[in-house]
Amino acid sequence: MAKNLKEILVDNSNDLVHMWLEEVAEKQKEVTNSAISQDLFENTNREFVNIIFGSVEKESLTSDLDSFTERVINLGWPLSYLTDGLQLFKRVAIEFLIEHEELDVSVPKVLRHVDELVNPIINQLVNEYSGSWENTVSLQRVALQELSAPLIPVMDNITVMPLIGTIDTERAKFIMENLLDGVIKHHAEVVLIDITGVPVVDTMVAHHIIQAAEAVRLIGSTCILVGIRPEIAQTIVNLGIDLSKFPTKSSLRKGFTTALEMTNQMIVQTNSEEQTIEELIDSLDRSEQS
Amino acid sequence: MDFRTCVNIQKEWDIVGARQFGRDFSKKLGFGIVDQARIATAISELARNIYLYAGSGKICFDEVENVGSRGICIVAIDTGPGIKDISQVMEDGFSTSGGLGAGLPGVKRLMDEFDITSKTGEGTEIRVVKWVR
Ligand SMILES: Nc1ncnc2c1ncn2[C@@H]1O[C@H](COP(=O)(O)OP(=O)(O)OP(=O)(O)O)[C@@H](O)[C@H]1O
Ligand SMILES: [Mg+2]
Repeated sequence: MAKNLKEILVDNSNDLVHMWLEEVAEKQKEVTNSAISQDLFENTNREFVNIIFGSVEKESLTSDLDSFTERVINLGWPLSYLTDGLQLFKRVAIEFLIEHEELDVSVPKVLRHVDELVNPIINQLVNEYSGSWENTVSLQRVALQELSAPLIPVMDNITVMPLIGTIDTERAKFIMENLLDGVIKHHAEVVLIDITGVPVVDTMVAHHIIQAAEAVRLIGSTCILVGIRPEIAQTIVNLGIDLSKFPTKSSLRKGFTTALEMTNQMIVQTNSEEQTIEELIDSLDRSEQS
Repeated sequence: MDFRTCVNIQKEWDIVGARQFGRDFSKKLGFGIVDQARIATAISELARNIYLYAGSGKICFDEVENVGSRGICIVAIDTGPGIKDISQVMEDGFSTSGGLGAGLPGVKRLMDEFDITSKTGEGTEIRVVKWVR
Protein backbone atom coordinates (compact mmCIF):
# COMPACT_ATOMS: atom_id res chain seq x y z
CA MET A 1 0.00 0.00 0.00
CA ALA A 2 1.64 3.21 -1.18
CA LYS A 3 -0.28 5.39 1.13
CA ASN A 4 -2.47 4.71 4.06
CA LEU A 5 -6.17 5.38 3.37
CA LYS A 6 -6.42 7.83 6.21
CA GLU A 7 -3.46 9.80 4.88
CA ILE A 8 -5.10 10.05 1.46
CA LEU A 9 -8.23 11.43 3.09
CA VAL A 10 -6.31 13.92 5.18
CA ASP A 11 -4.11 15.03 2.29
CA ASN A 12 -7.17 15.73 0.20
CA SER A 13 -9.23 17.24 2.94
CA ASN A 14 -9.84 20.44 1.00
CA ASP A 15 -11.50 18.58 -1.87
CA LEU A 16 -13.45 16.36 0.47
CA VAL A 17 -14.70 19.25 2.56
CA HIS A 18 -15.83 20.96 -0.60
CA MET A 19 -17.68 17.88 -1.84
CA TRP A 20 -19.27 17.29 1.52
CA LEU A 21 -20.47 20.87 1.88
CA GLU A 22 -22.09 20.68 -1.54
CA GLU A 23 -23.83 17.42 -0.74
CA VAL A 24 -25.05 18.65 2.60
CA ALA A 25 -26.36 21.88 1.10
CA GLU A 26 -28.19 19.82 -1.53
CA LYS A 27 -29.72 17.59 1.13
CA GLN A 28 -30.71 20.50 3.34
CA LYS A 29 -32.50 22.21 0.48
CA GLU A 30 -35.13 19.48 0.76
CA VAL A 31 -35.78 20.23 4.38
CA THR A 32 -34.93 23.88 4.54
CA ASN A 33 -36.29 25.50 7.58
CA SER A 34 -36.85 29.16 6.94
CA ALA A 35 -36.47 29.90 10.64
CA ILE A 36 -32.77 29.01 10.47
CA SER A 37 -30.55 31.50 8.75
CA GLN A 38 -28.39 30.40 5.84
CA ASP A 39 -25.31 31.77 7.62
CA LEU A 40 -25.92 29.67 10.67
CA PHE A 41 -26.34 26.59 8.50
CA GLU A 42 -23.15 27.22 6.57
CA ASN A 43 -21.06 28.01 9.61
CA THR A 44 -22.34 24.99 11.47
CA ASN A 45 -21.72 22.76 8.47
CA ARG A 46 -18.16 24.04 8.13
CA GLU A 47 -17.46 23.50 11.79
CA PHE A 48 -19.02 20.06 11.64
CA VAL A 49 -16.85 18.86 8.78
CA ASN A 50 -13.72 20.22 10.44
CA ILE A 51 -14.57 18.32 13.57
CA ILE A 52 -15.16 15.15 11.59
CA PHE A 53 -11.75 15.58 10.00
CA GLY A 54 -10.17 16.31 13.34
CA SER A 55 -11.50 13.05 14.72
CA VAL A 56 -10.53 11.09 11.62
CA GLU A 57 -7.02 12.48 11.65
CA LYS A 58 -6.35 11.75 15.28
CA GLU A 59 -8.36 8.52 15.10
CA SER A 60 -9.81 9.48 18.43
CA LEU A 61 -12.83 11.39 19.60
CA THR A 62 -12.03 14.96 20.42
CA SER A 63 -13.58 17.15 23.06
CA ASP A 64 -14.53 19.52 20.23
CA LEU A 65 -16.98 16.83 19.19
CA ASP A 66 -18.70 16.89 22.57
CA SER A 67 -19.07 20.65 22.71
CA PHE A 68 -20.23 20.74 19.10
CA THR A 69 -22.94 18.14 19.77
CA GLU A 70 -24.04 20.04 22.80
CA ARG A 71 -24.46 23.19 20.76
CA VAL A 72 -26.47 21.40 18.06
CA ILE A 73 -28.71 20.00 20.79
CA ASN A 74 -29.18 23.45 22.29
CA LEU A 75 -30.07 24.82 18.87
CA GLY A 76 -32.82 22.20 18.89
CA TRP A 77 -31.67 20.64 15.65
CA PRO A 78 -32.70 17.05 15.03
CA LEU A 79 -30.41 14.10 15.51
CA SER A 80 -30.79 13.44 11.79
CA TYR A 81 -28.74 16.54 11.05
CA LEU A 82 -25.77 14.85 12.68
CA THR A 83 -26.34 11.32 11.43
CA ASP A 84 -27.13 12.42 7.87
CA GLY A 85 -24.00 14.57 7.85
CA LEU A 86 -21.86 11.64 8.87
CA GLN A 87 -23.49 9.24 6.43
CA LEU A 88 -22.79 11.75 3.68
CA PHE A 89 -19.22 12.02 4.86
CA LYS A 90 -18.85 8.26 4.56
CA ARG A 91 -20.24 8.31 1.07
CA VAL A 92 -18.05 11.16 -0.07
CA ALA A 93 -14.96 9.54 1.42
CA ILE A 94 -15.71 6.13 -0.12
CA GLU A 95 -16.39 7.55 -3.57
CA PHE A 96 -13.25 9.63 -3.39
CA LEU A 97 -11.04 6.73 -2.31
CA ILE A 98 -12.39 4.33 -4.91
CA GLU A 99 -11.73 6.80 -7.69
CA HIS A 100 -8.31 7.68 -6.36
CA GLU A 101 -5.62 6.43 -8.75
CA GLU A 102 -2.83 5.92 -6.20
CA LEU A 103 -4.98 3.39 -4.47
CA ASP A 104 -4.29 -0.32 -4.69
CA VAL A 105 -6.74 -1.48 -2.08
CA SER A 106 -9.83 -3.56 -2.77
CA VAL A 107 -13.25 -1.92 -2.51
CA PRO A 108 -14.47 -3.99 0.47
CA LYS A 109 -11.35 -2.97 2.34
CA VAL A 110 -12.06 0.68 1.60
CA LEU A 111 -15.58 0.29 2.91
CA ARG A 112 -14.39 -1.38 6.06
CA HIS A 113 -11.73 1.17 6.70
CA VAL A 114 -14.05 4.15 6.29
CA ASP A 115 -16.56 2.45 8.58
CA GLU A 116 -13.88 2.02 11.19
CA LEU A 117 -12.99 5.68 10.96
CA VAL A 118 -16.48 7.15 10.99
CA ASN A 119 -18.66 4.76 13.01
CA PRO A 120 -17.12 5.64 16.39
CA ILE A 121 -18.03 9.28 15.70
CA ILE A 122 -21.63 8.32 14.88
CA ASN A 123 -21.91 6.25 18.04
CA GLN A 124 -20.49 9.01 20.15
CA LEU A 125 -22.91 11.58 18.71
CA VAL A 126 -25.95 9.38 19.13
CA ASN A 127 -24.99 8.59 22.72
CA GLU A 128 -24.41 12.22 23.52
CA TYR A 129 -27.67 13.23 21.89
CA SER A 130 -29.86 10.61 23.52
CA GLY A 131 -28.13 11.15 26.86
CA SER A 132 -29.05 14.78 26.71
CA TRP A 133 -32.66 13.89 25.94
CA GLU A 134 -32.86 11.38 28.75
CA ASN A 135 -31.54 14.05 31.03
CA THR A 136 -34.18 16.53 29.92
CA VAL A 137 -36.95 13.96 30.27
CA SER A 138 -35.84 12.94 33.74
CA LEU A 139 -35.69 16.57 34.86
CA GLN A 140 -39.21 17.08 33.54
CA ARG A 141 -40.31 13.98 35.40
CA VAL A 142 -38.97 15.40 38.63
CA ALA A 143 -40.68 18.71 37.93
CA LEU A 144 -43.96 16.93 37.16
CA GLN A 145 -43.71 14.80 40.24
CA GLU A 146 -43.26 17.88 42.38
CA LEU A 147 -46.46 19.23 40.89
CA SER A 148 -48.37 15.98 40.97
CA ALA A 149 -49.51 15.80 44.59
CA PRO A 150 -49.14 19.15 46.32
CA LEU A 151 -50.28 19.58 49.91
CA ILE A 152 -51.44 22.92 51.21
CA PRO A 153 -51.78 23.31 54.98
CA VAL A 154 -54.53 25.94 54.93
CA MET A 155 -55.03 26.16 58.67
CA ASP A 156 -54.08 24.30 61.79
CA ASN A 157 -55.54 20.82 61.36
CA ILE A 158 -56.84 21.36 57.82
CA THR A 159 -54.86 20.48 54.72
CA VAL A 160 -55.87 20.52 51.06
CA MET A 161 -54.54 18.38 48.22
CA PRO A 162 -55.67 19.76 44.86
CA LEU A 163 -55.25 17.22 42.07
CA ILE A 164 -55.04 18.38 38.48
CA GLY A 165 -54.65 16.21 35.39
CA THR A 166 -54.53 12.54 34.57
CA ILE A 167 -53.73 10.05 37.30
CA ASP A 168 -51.75 6.98 36.28
CA THR A 169 -50.68 4.20 38.64
CA GLU A 170 -47.34 5.81 39.40
CA ARG A 171 -48.94 9.12 40.29
CA ALA A 172 -51.64 7.37 42.31
CA LYS A 173 -48.96 5.75 44.48
CA PHE A 174 -47.17 9.05 44.86
CA ILE A 175 -50.40 10.77 45.93
CA MET A 176 -50.94 8.16 48.62
CA GLU A 177 -47.41 8.53 50.02
CA ASN A 178 -47.49 12.30 49.95
CA LEU A 179 -50.89 12.38 51.55
CA LEU A 180 -49.85 10.25 54.51
CA ASP A 181 -46.53 12.05 54.98
CA GLY A 182 -48.29 15.41 54.79
CA VAL A 183 -51.06 14.50 57.21
CA ILE A 184 -48.47 13.51 59.78
CA LYS A 185 -46.16 16.45 59.12
CA HIS A 186 -48.88 19.10 59.28
CA HIS A 187 -50.82 17.37 62.07
CA ALA A 188 -53.88 17.50 59.85
CA GLU A 189 -57.12 16.33 61.40
CA VAL A 190 -58.93 16.77 58.12
CA VAL A 191 -57.52 16.54 54.64
CA LEU A 192 -59.51 17.64 51.61
CA ILE A 193 -58.73 15.93 48.31
CA ASP A 194 -59.94 18.16 45.49
CA ILE A 195 -60.54 16.30 42.21
CA THR A 196 -62.03 19.22 40.26
CA GLY A 197 -59.12 19.03 37.81
CA VAL A 198 -59.10 15.26 37.26
CA PRO A 199 -60.60 14.57 33.81
CA VAL A 200 -61.62 10.93 34.27
CA VAL A 201 -62.37 9.06 37.48
CA ASP A 202 -62.32 5.40 36.53
CA THR A 203 -62.21 2.36 38.80
CA MET A 204 -58.43 2.58 39.15
CA VAL A 205 -58.50 6.20 40.31
CA ALA A 206 -61.51 5.57 42.55
CA HIS A 207 -59.81 2.53 44.07
CA HIS A 208 -56.70 4.54 44.92
CA ILE A 209 -58.76 7.36 46.42
CA ILE A 210 -60.68 4.88 48.56
CA GLN A 211 -57.43 3.29 49.72
CA ALA A 212 -55.90 6.68 50.48
CA ALA A 213 -58.96 7.74 52.48
CA GLU A 214 -58.86 4.44 54.38
CA ALA A 215 -55.16 4.90 55.15
CA VAL A 216 -55.78 8.45 56.37
CA ARG A 217 -58.53 7.10 58.64
CA LEU A 218 -56.14 4.51 60.06
CA ILE A 219 -53.73 7.23 61.20
CA GLY A 220 -56.58 8.97 62.97
CA SER A 221 -57.56 11.70 60.51
CA THR A 222 -60.45 12.22 58.13
CA CYS A 223 -60.41 12.55 54.38
CA ILE A 224 -63.05 14.56 52.53
CA LEU A 225 -63.35 14.14 48.78
CA VAL A 226 -64.35 17.42 47.14
CA GLY A 227 -64.74 18.86 43.65
CA ILE A 228 -66.90 16.05 42.30
CA ARG A 229 -68.31 17.48 39.09
CA PRO A 230 -71.88 16.39 38.18
CA GLU A 231 -70.77 14.23 35.23
CA ILE A 232 -68.14 12.55 37.38
CA ALA A 233 -70.74 11.87 40.08
CA GLN A 234 -72.92 10.16 37.47
CA THR A 235 -70.14 7.97 36.06
CA ILE A 236 -69.10 6.95 39.56
CA VAL A 237 -72.69 5.89 40.26
CA ASN A 238 -72.86 3.99 36.94
CA LEU A 239 -69.65 2.20 37.77
CA GLY A 240 -71.29 1.13 41.02
CA ILE A 241 -68.49 2.51 43.17
CA ASP A 242 -69.36 3.00 46.81
CA LEU A 243 -67.92 6.23 48.20
CA SER A 244 -70.17 6.28 51.23
CA LYS A 245 -67.41 5.29 53.65
CA PHE A 246 -66.08 8.84 53.79
CA PRO A 247 -67.57 12.30 53.36
CA THR A 248 -67.83 13.76 49.87
CA LYS A 249 -68.75 17.30 48.84
CA SER A 250 -69.37 18.86 45.47
CA SER A 251 -67.14 21.87 46.04
CA LEU A 252 -64.01 22.75 47.96
CA ARG A 253 -65.96 25.53 49.65
CA LYS A 254 -68.56 23.16 51.08
CA GLY A 255 -65.86 20.69 52.05
CA PHE A 256 -63.98 23.38 53.86
CA THR A 257 -67.06 24.37 55.86
CA THR A 258 -67.47 20.74 56.87
CA ALA A 259 -63.80 20.57 57.80
CA LEU A 260 -64.17 23.62 60.04
CA GLU A 261 -67.13 22.04 61.81
CA MET A 262 -65.24 18.79 62.29
CA THR A 263 -62.31 20.59 63.87
CA ASN A 264 -64.56 22.82 66.00
CA GLN A 265 -63.44 25.95 64.26
CA MET A 266 -65.30 28.89 62.84
CA ILE A 267 -64.47 31.85 60.71
CA VAL A 268 -65.86 35.00 62.25
CA GLN A 269 -65.86 38.51 61.03
CA THR A 270 -63.96 40.38 63.73
CA ASN A 271 -65.43 43.82 63.36
CA SER A 272 -68.71 44.26 61.57
CA GLU A 273 -68.30 48.04 61.63
CA GLU A 274 -65.28 47.73 59.39
CA GLN A 275 -65.89 47.56 55.72
CA THR A 276 -66.21 44.14 54.17
CA ILE A 277 -64.05 43.38 51.18
CA GLU A 278 -66.95 43.87 48.79
CA GLU A 279 -67.69 47.29 50.19
CA LEU A 280 -64.02 48.16 49.89
CA ILE A 281 -63.97 47.16 46.22
CA ASP A 282 -67.18 49.10 45.65
CA SER A 283 -65.69 52.22 47.16
CA LEU A 284 -62.59 51.81 45.03
CA ASP A 285 -64.78 51.58 41.94
CA ARG A 286 -66.58 54.74 42.94
CA SER A 287 -63.42 56.65 43.62
CA GLU A 288 -62.09 55.67 40.20
CA GLN A 289 -65.20 56.99 38.50
CA SER A 290 -65.21 60.30 40.32
CA MET B 1 -66.24 -4.51 9.75
CA ASP B 2 -64.46 -1.44 8.54
CA PHE B 3 -63.25 0.63 11.45
CA ARG B 4 -62.30 4.19 11.02
CA THR B 5 -59.61 4.47 13.67
CA CYS B 6 -57.85 2.22 16.11
CA VAL B 7 -55.62 3.19 19.00
CA ASN B 8 -53.02 0.62 20.01
CA ILE B 9 -52.74 -0.13 23.69
CA GLN B 10 -49.25 -1.12 24.76
CA LYS B 11 -48.20 1.13 27.61
CA GLU B 12 -50.18 2.78 30.35
CA TRP B 13 -50.23 6.20 28.69
CA ASP B 14 -51.91 4.70 25.61
CA ILE B 15 -55.02 4.45 27.78
CA VAL B 16 -55.03 8.25 28.04
CA GLY B 17 -54.53 8.54 24.28
CA ALA B 18 -57.48 6.21 23.59
CA ARG B 19 -59.91 7.98 25.87
CA GLN B 20 -58.84 11.39 24.62
CA PHE B 21 -59.59 10.23 21.10
CA GLY B 22 -62.93 8.79 22.23
CA ARG B 23 -63.87 12.00 24.00
CA ASP B 24 -63.10 14.14 20.94
CA PHE B 25 -64.93 11.69 18.69
CA SER B 26 -68.04 11.62 20.89
CA LYS B 27 -68.03 15.40 21.13
CA LYS B 28 -68.04 15.55 17.34
CA LEU B 29 -70.97 13.13 17.20
CA GLY B 30 -72.98 15.44 19.44
CA PHE B 31 -72.86 13.73 22.83
CA GLY B 32 -73.42 15.91 25.90
CA ILE B 33 -70.92 16.41 28.72
CA VAL B 34 -72.23 13.58 30.88
CA ASP B 35 -72.24 11.04 28.05
CA GLN B 36 -68.77 12.16 26.98
CA ALA B 37 -67.59 11.41 30.50
CA ARG B 38 -69.35 8.02 30.45
CA ILE B 39 -67.75 7.13 27.13
CA ALA B 40 -64.30 8.28 28.22
CA THR B 41 -64.62 6.26 31.42
CA ALA B 42 -65.78 3.13 29.56
CA ILE B 43 -62.79 3.41 27.22
CA SER B 44 -60.53 3.82 30.21
CA GLU B 45 -61.86 0.60 31.74
CA LEU B 46 -61.61 -1.44 28.54
CA ALA B 47 -58.15 -0.11 27.69
CA ARG B 48 -56.83 -0.68 31.20
CA ASN B 49 -58.12 -4.25 31.18
CA ILE B 50 -56.24 -4.83 27.92
CA TYR B 51 -53.10 -3.29 29.39
CA LEU B 52 -53.39 -5.26 32.63
CA TYR B 53 -54.62 -8.67 31.52
CA ALA B 54 -53.69 -9.04 27.85
CA GLY B 55 -50.54 -6.93 27.74
CA SER B 56 -51.48 -5.33 24.45
CA GLY B 57 -54.35 -4.86 22.09
CA LYS B 58 -56.34 -2.08 20.50
CA ILE B 59 -59.41 0.08 20.86
CA CYS B 60 -61.31 0.81 17.63
CA PHE B 61 -63.85 3.53 17.06
CA ASP B 62 -66.67 3.80 14.58
CA GLU B 63 -69.75 5.86 13.98
CA VAL B 64 -72.98 3.82 13.80
CA GLU B 65 -76.45 4.67 12.63
CA ASN B 66 -79.83 3.17 13.31
CA VAL B 67 -83.18 4.52 12.10
CA GLY B 68 -82.49 8.16 12.57
CA SER B 69 -80.20 7.96 15.57
CA ARG B 70 -76.44 8.20 15.64
CA GLY B 71 -74.05 6.55 17.98
CA ILE B 72 -70.50 5.62 18.79
CA CYS B 73 -69.28 2.04 18.57
CA ILE B 74 -66.16 1.08 20.47
CA VAL B 75 -64.49 -2.30 20.12
CA ALA B 76 -61.72 -3.45 22.43
CA ILE B 77 -59.71 -6.28 20.91
CA ASP B 78 -56.86 -8.28 22.36
CA THR B 79 -55.17 -11.61 21.81
CA GLY B 80 -54.48 -12.16 25.49
CA PRO B 81 -55.37 -15.11 27.74
CA GLY B 82 -59.13 -14.69 27.27
CA ILE B 83 -61.84 -15.03 29.91
CA LYS B 84 -62.92 -18.45 31.10
CA ASP B 85 -66.16 -17.62 32.85
CA ILE B 86 -67.84 -14.55 31.39
CA SER B 87 -70.76 -14.45 33.82
CA GLN B 88 -68.27 -14.39 36.69
CA VAL B 89 -66.32 -11.37 35.42
CA MET B 90 -69.62 -9.54 34.83
CA GLU B 91 -70.42 -9.76 38.54
CA ASP B 92 -69.84 -6.60 40.55
CA GLY B 93 -66.78 -7.02 42.71
CA PHE B 94 -65.07 -9.87 40.89
CA SER B 95 -61.40 -9.15 40.33
CA THR B 96 -58.31 -11.28 39.86
CA SER B 97 -55.98 -8.30 40.38
CA GLY B 98 -57.13 -6.92 43.71
CA GLY B 99 -59.11 -4.20 41.94
CA LEU B 100 -62.64 -3.12 42.70
CA GLY B 101 -64.00 -5.49 40.07
CA ALA B 102 -66.28 -2.73 38.90
CA GLY B 103 -64.81 -2.26 35.43
CA LEU B 104 -66.76 -4.60 33.17
CA PRO B 105 -70.15 -4.46 34.92
CA GLY B 106 -69.62 -0.69 35.08
CA VAL B 107 -68.96 -0.42 31.36
CA LYS B 108 -72.17 -2.34 30.72
CA ARG B 109 -74.12 0.22 32.75
CA LEU B 110 -72.29 3.21 31.25
CA MET B 111 -73.10 2.18 27.68
CA ASP B 112 -76.33 1.22 25.86
CA GLU B 113 -75.14 -2.00 24.23
CA PHE B 114 -72.54 -4.45 25.45
CA ASP B 115 -71.28 -7.63 23.76
CA ILE B 116 -68.39 -9.74 24.90
CA THR B 117 -66.82 -12.68 23.13
CA SER B 118 -63.82 -14.44 24.54
CA LYS B 119 -61.98 -17.68 24.09
CA THR B 120 -59.36 -18.91 26.51
CA GLY B 121 -55.94 -18.78 24.98
CA GLU B 122 -57.12 -16.73 22.02
CA GLY B 123 -58.27 -13.39 23.29
CA THR B 124 -61.18 -11.14 24.06
CA GLU B 125 -63.35 -8.79 22.04
CA ILE B 126 -65.74 -6.39 23.71
CA ARG B 127 -68.09 -4.28 21.62
CA VAL B 128 -70.05 -1.42 23.14
CA VAL B 129 -72.38 1.18 21.67
CA LYS B 130 -73.79 4.43 23.01
CA TRP B 131 -76.56 6.32 21.21
CA VAL B 132 -76.87 10.07 21.06
CA ARG B 133 -79.97 11.14 22.90
N1 LIG C 1 -59.21 -8.24 28.25
C1 LIG C 1 -59.19 -9.18 29.24
N2 LIG C 1 -58.48 -10.32 29.08
C2 LIG C 1 -58.45 -11.24 30.07
N3 LIG C 1 -59.09 -11.12 31.26
C3 LIG C 1 -59.80 -10.00 31.48
C4 LIG C 1 -59.88 -8.96 30.50
N4 LIG C 1 -60.67 -7.99 30.99
C5 LIG C 1 -61.05 -8.38 32.21
N5 LIG C 1 -60.54 -9.59 32.53
C6 LIG C 1 -60.77 -10.34 33.78
O1 LIG C 1 -62.01 -9.91 34.30
C7 LIG C 1 -61.87 -9.51 35.65
C8 LIG C 1 -62.86 -8.40 35.94
O2 LIG C 1 -62.56 -7.23 35.17
P1 LIG C 1 -63.07 -5.82 35.68
O3 LIG C 1 -62.55 -4.78 34.77
O4 LIG C 1 -64.54 -5.91 35.86
O5 LIG C 1 -62.40 -5.68 37.12
P2 LIG C 1 -60.87 -5.44 37.49
O6 LIG C 1 -60.11 -5.00 36.27
O7 LIG C 1 -60.35 -6.63 38.18
O8 LIG C 1 -60.95 -4.24 38.53
P3 LIG C 1 -61.38 -2.72 38.19
O9 LIG C 1 -62.56 -2.44 39.03
O10 LIG C 1 -60.21 -1.87 38.57
O11 LIG C 1 -61.66 -2.64 36.73
C9 LIG C 1 -60.44 -9.08 35.78
O12 LIG C 1 -59.97 -9.13 37.10
C10 LIG C 1 -59.73 -10.06 34.85
O13 LIG C 1 -59.46 -11.26 35.52
MG1 LIG D 1 -60.83 -3.45 35.00
